[in-house]
Amino acid sequence: MNKTSYEPERPGSGKRKGDPLNYTFQFGTVLDHFPDLLAGAVLTIRLSALTMVFGLFIGMLCAVAKAYGPRPFRWLATFYIELIRNTPFLIQLYFVFFALPHLGVRLSPNNSALLAMVINLGAYSAEIVRAGVESIPHGQIEAGRALGLKRLQIIRFLILFPALKAVYPALTSQFILVLLGSSIVSAIAADELTAVANTLNSQTFRSFEIYTIVALMYVAIVFGFRAIFTSIYAYAFARRG
Amino acid sequence: MLRTFTLHEVWILVLAARWTIALSLAAFAGGGAVGLILAIARISPFKALRYIASGTIQFVQAIPALMLLLLFYYGLNLFGIRIDAWTAAVLAFTLSTSAFLAEIWRGCLQAVPAGQWDAARSLGLNFPKALILVIIPQAVRMALPPTVGYMVQVVKGTSLAALIGFTELAKAGAQINTITFEPVLVFGTVAGIYFLICWPLSLLSGYLERQLKVGHVNVQAM
Repeated sequence: MNKTSYEPERPGSGKRKGDPLNYTFQFGTVLDHFPDLLAGAVLTIRLSALTMVFGLFIGMLCAVAKAYGPRPFRWLATFYIELIRNTPFLIQLYFVFFALPHLGVRLSPNNSALLAMVINLGAYSAEIVRAGVESIPHGQIEAGRALGLKRLQIIRFLILFPALKAVYPALTSQFILVLLGSSIVSAIAADELTAVANTLNSQTFRSFEIYTIVALMYVAIVFGFRAIFTSIYAYAFARRG
Repeated sequence: MLRTFTLHEVWILVLAARWTIALSLAAFAGGGAVGLILAIARISPFKALRYIASGTIQFVQAIPALMLLLLFYYGLNLFGIRIDAWTAAVLAFTLSTSAFLAEIWRGCLQAVPAGQWDAARSLGLNFPKALILVIIPQAVRMALPPTVGYMVQVVKGTSLAALIGFTELAKAGAQINTITFEPVLVFGTVAGIYFLICWPLSLLSGYLERQLKVGHVNVQAM
């Protein structure tokens, strides 16, 4: 400590000689609020998991509609997919949150976030699943018909199941991107992990500590999801042809 | 008194889109340079280098781009490094872009048949020479479509800079929405401008991909 200096000590002012990083890390203040961060993380995980389920469902519908549906359905699916894939998620989120109430649909921030995320993932997973659907040789479908399978059975066992298996890696990396993208919903004050971090930041000003810890929490969540995806693959696809 | 959403406001949005494009170009240039280094490190003969590069890529890909942005913007300030929104955004997007481009390019470098490496080495070329003279020229062809495709992600990603107060297209949209309270029109227009930037890139990426497939067929036919 330089006692002769009468300048008030500011964190990060870097005024002391020979000590350019004049900053004391205080992870303690952040750890005090760790339960809040955990609650945010839980919401992040819940939002992402729900988005994966609903988004994949919409994606499969659009993929089948685009590959086998009547022409208006194909156009509609293409329009939806291209529109979403070529505009930023933040703008889609703003649209859901600000414009939908204007059009008479009022949703809470968390539900707006979920809706925007599902709409977003739906378009991306549609493109991915479609690639898988198109990789199915036509003979396989004809074989199914020859065996007397019903239309829905053909779609389920001969198209969607092998298609999902083929595109599983691409699909799961898109899921991870959705999980990371969920941090963007903090922009509309949905109280997930990043939003909690922002609130903490404005209360304690321990920006570096907070965002480092939160970044590490995201890394942990992502690695957790990756492990789950690997075991789902082993369970659902690896054993059956 | 609310302003109405007129052509004048549309023009403001168009002007703000220049910053979106500038930010995208900066992120792409920075991310491309760092990404190339990471991609080469990833396939280099040195085990330690490979592990460091792959660890960096895995780690950065597991952190939301927004978190990187907040870390650079708020985090670095505390160390006495004054950083403005533009610099923070360029640094954060460079980092996240480099991780993704590195993975794309590594795939393309590794997709060049191993025989090409053997042939280059047997001609007496060392690793850097073989890489630059033999492998990269062949990998570039394959890398072009996904790289152009990833540019779409970069352009869309720059909208996050709005959240640290950098006035590009998304932020300008949010501001105009506040003064006109016409969210449907405003965000419709903003989405339209993004679409006009991204859609041609998407089409180009798809076109290049088809060209590449056609090219492959020709090669096989010879």
